[in-house]
Amino acid sequence: MNDLDPEDWLRFEQLVLPHVDNAFNLARWLLRSREDAEDVSQEALLRACRFFRGFHGGDARAWLLQIVRNTCYSWLEKNRPRELMVEFDEELHPQTVATPESIAIADEGRERLGRALETLPPRHREVLVLRELEGCSYKEIAAITSIPIGTVMSSLSRARRELHSALANSSHKEAVREV
Amino acid sequence: MKCDFADSHLQGYFDGELAAPSAAEFERHLQHCVHCADELVDLDLLSGRLQLAQLYEAAPASLRIKIRAGLRPVVPTASVRQPLLWHWLAAAAALLLLAIAGWRVSPMLRTDDYQAEVAAEIVDAHVRSLQPGHMTGIASSDEHAVKAWFDGKVKFAFPVRGFANEGFPLEGGRVDMVEGRSMVALVYSQRDHPVNLFMWPTREQDTSPRAGSRQGYQWIDWRKGKMEFCAVSEASNSDLQQLQRLFTE
Repeated sequence: MNDLDPEDWLRFEQLVLPHVDNAFNLARWLLRSREDAEDVSQEALLRACRFFRGFHGGDARAWLLQIVRNTCYSWLEKNRPRELMVEFDEELHPQTVATPESIAIADEGRERLGRALETLPPRHREVLVLRELEGCSYKEIAAITSIPIGTVMSSLSRARRELHSALANSSHKEAVREV
Repeated sequence: MKCDFADSHLQGYFDGELAAPSAAEFERHLQHCVHCADELVDLDLLSGRLQLAQLYEAAPASLRIKIRAGLRPVVPTASVRQPLLWHWLAAAAALLLLAIAGWRVSPMLRTDDYQAEVAAEIVDAHVRSLQPGHMTGIASSDEHAVKAWFDGKVKFAFPVRGFANEGFPLEGGRVDMVEGRSMVALVYSQRDHPVNLFMWPTREQDTSPRAGSRQGYQWIDWRKGKMEFCAVSEASNSDLQQLQRLFTE
């Protein structure tokens, strides 16, 4: 499959492989599953290697993340097409079900936040992940997601509003349960 | 009540993405807009929570191992330790044989594989573009308007042509990223089927059109004048061939 000569391989190793964590993290949040993220990010790295000849320098992290993102969307289209059609729904139940006993109190904030993030539609979730977890600039986000740079700001704005309301919603449910 | 600045400036200001004059303008506005000040605090709280929660998930060790196992460089198989003359001769003869065999078989295979792989990625990009709102960056049937829209967005020269009389009216275009490359995608409609024509520069020589299908979509790929073209649609392949002919005429 991979036909890089040793010199290209060295470049690939130095430029692209250091971003495996970033690749995995983006796939994890787009697919909402560590297991699927492992398969899909592996596939994305293979693609990256195959298409390394098309990479003419520049930001290797953005280049790889763009491939990861495309691989994730193709995977979602094949395996969970409904997810790509769903608009933000405050009542949507996230896929992961946390058992309250298993979560240490310290992790509860993380768990709740993660679940709230997972209720966002993928296109809003990804801009938040890229901005807040990856620290990407608007320009990088535009390059990775192929959305016009002018749209990055409005997507982020909507994503943040949605996350805000998902969190309010989840703390409301929490309060109801505690009563 | 939301103020106008909330949409146009607030996020950019918070993210440090506003140019200095806009940032200064927004700061002046902040002095007397409680709404924006509140929202800025909310944004900061939300961002703080996200940072504190440590949602970042690093790759498991198993993934790194799998990637390394799946990707290995092509290592030269035999190394000549003692540069004796006959070693060199044998190596040279072997190389010559390899070169002959390689010349006969491998360039063709490689090109075919590579073109088919590229086409597969292009079909994926076509499918992604079918999602609402993702088809065109500019929606126009005017060749000049479409061409002008691409100014400064891509770094290569390319033709923009519409064929309304031949059944392929131009609908617009967009910049698409496929495997790290910026590509121009011209969008046509043909009896209500969207057709994407992708173009990007290549160093390879001209090739005659090659066609295939994938996931129910047809594609046709050709290279001409240091440009590669790939058209995709759900229409029949003979329709795509017609577009190919129109475009190369």
